[in-house]
Amino acid sequence: MNSKNDAFLNQPEKQAWAAVGKNAKHESAELHVLGEATYTDDIREEHGTLHAALGISAKAHANILSMNFDAVRAAPGVVAVYTHKDIPGTNDCGPIIHDDPILSEGLVQYIGQPIFIVVADTHDNARRAARKAVIEYEELPAVLTPQAARDAQSFVVPPMHLARGDAQAAFERSRHKLKGELYVGGQEQFYLEGQISYAIPREGNGMLIHCSTQHPTEMQHVVAHALHRHSHDIVVQCRRMGGGFGGKESQSALWAACAAIAAARLKRPVKLRADRDDDMMVTGKRHCFYYEYEIGYGDDGRIAAAKVEMVSRAGYSADLSAPVATRAMCHFDNAYYLGDVDIRAMAGKTNTQSNTAFRGFGGPQGAIAIEYIIDEIARNLGMDALDVRKINFYGRNDEEGRNVTQYQQKVVDNVIHELVAQLEHDSEYRKRRQDINAFNKGSKVLKRGLALTPVKFGIAFNVTHFNQAGALVHVYTDGSVLVNHGGTEMGQGINTKVCQVVAHELGLDLDWVRASATDTSKVANTSATAASTGADLNGKAAQDAAHTIRRRLAEFAASRHDGNPDEVRFEDNFVHVNGQAIPFAELVQKAYMARVQLWSDGFYATPGLHWDPKTMSGNPFSYFAYGAAVSEVVVDTLTGEWKLLRADALYDAGNSLNPAIDIGQVEGAFIQGMGWLTTEELWWNPAGKLMTHAPSTYKIPAVSDCPGNFKVQLYKNRNAADSIHRSKAVGEPPLLLPISVFLAIRDACSAVGGHRYNPPLKAPATSEAILNAISAVQERAAVQDAAEAAD
Amino acid sequence: MSDPVRFFYRGEVHSVADSAPTRTLLQHLREDLHCTGTKEGCAEGDCGACTVVVAELQPDGEVAMKSVNSCIQFLPTLDGKAVYTIEDLKQPDGALHPVQEALVECHASQCGFCTPGFAMSLWSLYLKQEGKADQPCRKTIDETLSGNLCRCTGYRPIIDAARRMGELPPVTFDRAALKATLQSLQRDTMASFSHGGQTFYAPRTLDELCALRAEKPGATIVAGSTDVGLWVTKQMRDLGDMIYVRQVQELFHMQEADGMLTVGAAVSLNDAYAAICRHYKDELTEMWQRFASQPIRNTGTLGGSVANGSPIGDSAPWMIALGAEIVLRSVHGQRTLLLEKFYLDYMKKDWQPGEFVEAVRIPLPRKDVRFRTYKLSKRYDQDISAVCAAFTITLKDGVVSDAHVAYGGMAATSRRAPLAEAAMNGQPWNEETALAAMAALAQDYTPLTDMRASAAYRMKTAQNLLRRFWLETDPVAGQPLQSINAFHYAEGAAFA
Repeated sequence: MNSKNDAFLNQPEKQAWAAVGKNAKHESAELHVLGEATYTDDIREEHGTLHAALGISAKAHANILSMNFDAVRAAPGVVAVYTHKDIPGTNDCGPIIHDDPILSEGLVQYIGQPIFIVVADTHDNARRAARKAVIEYEELPAVLTPQAARDAQSFVVPPMHLARGDAQAAFERSRHKLKGELYVGGQEQFYLEGQISYAIPREGNGMLIHCSTQHPTEMQHVVAHALHRHSHDIVVQCRRMGGGFGGKESQSALWAACAAIAAARLKRPVKLRADRDDDMMVTGKRHCFYYEYEIGYGDDGRIAAAKVEMVSRAGYSADLSAPVATRAMCHFDNAYYLGDVDIRAMAGKTNTQSNTAFRGFGGPQGAIAIEYIIDEIARNLGMDALDVRKINFYGRNDEEGRNVTQYQQKVVDNVIHELVAQLEHDSEYRKRRQDINAFNKGSKVLKRGLALTPVKFGIAFNVTHFNQAGALVHVYTDGSVLVNHGGTEMGQGINTKVCQVVAHELGLDLDWVRASATDTSKVANTSATAASTGADLNGKAAQDAAHTIRRRLAEFAASRHDGNPDEVRFEDNFVHVNGQAIPFAELVQKAYMARVQLWSDGFYATPGLHWDPKTMSGNPFSYFAYGAAVSEVVVDTLTGEWKLLRADALYDAGNSLNPAIDIGQVEGAFIQGMGWLTTEELWWNPAGKLMTHAPSTYKIPAVSDCPGNFKVQLYKNRNAADSIHRSKAVGEPPLLLPISVFLAIRDACSAVGGHRYNPPLKAPATSEAILNAISAVQERAAVQDAAEAAD
Repeated sequence: MSDPVRFFYRGEVHSVADSAPTRTLLQHLREDLHCTGTKEGCAEGDCGACTVVVAELQPDGEVAMKSVNSCIQFLPTLDGKAVYTIEDLKQPDGALHPVQEALVECHASQCGFCTPGFAMSLWSLYLKQEGKADQPCRKTIDETLSGNLCRCTGYRPIIDAARRMGELPPVTFDRAALKATLQSLQRDTMASFSHGGQTFYAPRTLDELCALRAEKPGATIVAGSTDVGLWVTKQMRDLGDMIYVRQVQELFHMQEADGMLTVGAAVSLNDAYAAICRHYKDELTEMWQRFASQPIRNTGTLGGSVANGSPIGDSAPWMIALGAEIVLRSVHGQRTLLLEKFYLDYMKKDWQPGEFVEAVRIPLPRKDVRFRTYKLSKRYDQDISAVCAAFTITLKDGVVSDAHVAYGGMAATSRRAPLAEAAMNGQPWNEETALAAMAALAQDYTPLTDMRASAAYRMKTAQNLLRRFWLETDPVAGQPLQSINAFHYAEGAAFA
């Protein structure tokens, strides 16, 4: 298990002075442990603050025939009830396509859809009152699964198609063929802090909204439209979130809009904080996917043809389902060159919560399919799956070839061969494979399984124009520095990293630099903190701003001390010019007196990106992040219970801005991804009601799920792209590492049949799913054994 | 005449009058006192963001300090106790407590929302570790943190912090002073807390409780409020008047006599399991660790668990299999019946008017009796079982008699499997007998499908757990659990 004594964390600093690359603690770490970090619900309420709750649909698909709010209005403390008719502006909170009413206009499309807002004196009174509405429905047929949506040709956006070559012909030519299907369930974000917005009317048309959101600018737009006001009237602030994971990218809009609508109507501050059950019943989750595939491959396991049809459970509206599907299509290759490719993706319209962003954003759903397929190829050929993976890896250069993705981007930074070789060696993969085979021969009830899976993940928003960021850096006359940028802090450490970048640029210790709340009135037109790009984009923007100030200070210092601006060094909290060391604060004070501008904006737009959604091709990614993990499990064949025995992960964070934070991201993503693929099961009853809507029924990993033997290390690399200090993004890619856990479980299931049959394991691999896969293998083995006995 | 609720908080006696008796400690902290370090993550005692430490006088007069979910504790249950929140950990000079320091050092917070809860759970461990030289082992750490969910870190740095905190310069806690304070807060007479026509009674004696129960047969009985709390926070039920049993001194009684261990209805699950596991270490320690979570076990009671009688309880199956009894009391006296006779149908129990649970009685180990219980759930820690199985057999010369086979999650109540038992009694304890009993289970039960498991999985694993029991207890070739159970295997030497 890693510890703070881990060798990597203790590596000596390479440079004499640097604020980047250090294991700086999270900028809020002390506030966190003191309980003094302010989350939205902790902000001191203004006098007269009211509390809202949502009334939600009890039917999966229905027309509302009548609504009676008499009992709601009569309930203790109730001040107002609002329906869609009370919205002054546009009744929509859809991020891309406008099919997402804030409040139902008479048609309800899932159990949990908001219908009305009740405002009361307390949170408790609002919640209690919300249940008292009498609503009559006329029920309509409901579509609940992605397969049913596909069969009904019911989609939220038109189906998408990405092809290279003639996959059908290549498939038919192939020496080996396989066909199969896979179901991978969705996942609730389960941020510990639920959705919350606190709207406070300001003078004129002003409205200040404290919102737990990854996308303050979009909240600003949605609220402005809903209130029929201008963007400059609306200010959205977010100091920090208690977790986001994608669930507060678009889905915070509903809560911001409802709080703002009530606040605008009442001209009083209104807070809307979702109870956990409401949060899970109302908001979207990771898309579940169903796949059907046909693969052609050679004797050596090399894939020549890959055809896959994937259909997701989009829920009742589009939300981000189209870009999620795009990313899934762009990550079906994972680390492999797949020959001729034909990918079809559909976003099935279902009468369930509108699914949305969740760490990985379709990438994990794309990659798991090919990893599952490679697993089958290996079993069919009697090869070790690692060898099949290796032979399919992208080539490293033009000479090796096989280095262009199905969407026509050339892979120019491939380190997967070396990274996997290092992990294979360090984790003793081959020896453990032998040990496991020996163990499994002698163990009837328990079977162990092992899998190594790689990750290649494209970094940038697929949609080019989102890849921009802004920042403001203020240097005050005492030498202290305040940075504000467009990214949002959800625990991932973006503020720490951005402060490190700014401190580095100005030659300061980190405690001279402070980050302030994200605020739409400071940096305008920001992109969501998403797609792992937060530190990449905002770090660059902040660096740009700090650099401008540094240049001004260097020129000023040079002019005062007879030096060359290019030779002025900023180090150790001093400015070194012409042989003299001037304390930074002293120089700043003098610069102020000399009327030098001590603050600056900064801007960054990632270069070299383009994407054509019509042809599904281009150069959507700035670079690729790589990684790999080896997982070993033991499975109980009587019950399907399992345990992760050991996990080794190696991740390419480039020239890491903060190894401690990056290792934390990798570990956290690993366990979170493991939850997605094992214990976290979303279960709707036949009427379409989500029955796993609280932690009592929805099981994210708990403490003992963290393996005792858990080694996470960063791969020594330097980003080939000109990213911030040549680091690489770390938010999402490691979520794919625990695909190794899923396939290790499958490997153990397969051991029941002597690795002759492919266990039909669905995700999440709950104990039940595991036992079903084992039973299927046992049944096939029994049939085969009987047939052989008969011969 | 209503009493104010009084508890020790922030160095002084804190008094709350005129508050609904179902107002939770968390609501009071956050909304009334604007003390926002303690967070709400779920309001059902499942995530631990709301964890605080509550100190109370034990029946033996000593102070116990335990992690508690403040989101489901009603304010009046804190009367006479002390409440510590994250804001209390900081040293008087403003320095971080070693628990906090270790969390910072180990990079153990990311979004930070769960952190105060983790810190309080770790502080409860820190207090237990006082004077111990060794780091807590992983098992102890897991137990301590079983009620705290973190979505960001994957737990590794938090586990490191649990090991690290004891290595930092120690901070001691003055229990003697607290003891004196708590003694001064104890009441001599029954307290009652009224608001808005609703009264919370806290009787101090069994006689008071009997009389009160007779007088208020419709009142809701509250013990640890780990279930009743959710009736308010989740179901928004009106509980009417409430009778709190955890001030009744006689209900903390524990005694071993005549081959039975008697556990009073107010004894916490942790204390109850600690006493029971002194006799059934191999058989019940895992169930103890996996029953809900540490903070839930700190306030929840075995008596309350049995009284609620959920069809999927983790304790009822093994208690039924062992032949445990329930002791019921009313003003008319006491009666004792086998627990299995108490459960009539789904959420329907054999209550006589005015009765409450006084104790449960658990048979102590008997010669030749083999006993095992197994729990299946989606997650190891803090999960409600899909299937819970328990078996006892008397084994003489390899032949089974007096088989008790009981399951939770297979029917409307936890109950026995008469056909499977019949298939075992009088038979040699071998694979053939096990297979016959497994087949009989299909006639004994018709389980349901729900979000925890399908009917088919429940039946299949019910059968396979019976097989596991045979594999473990086969008189000729019994196998250690380590070779037939994934969790026990993982704990074994292979991956120390």
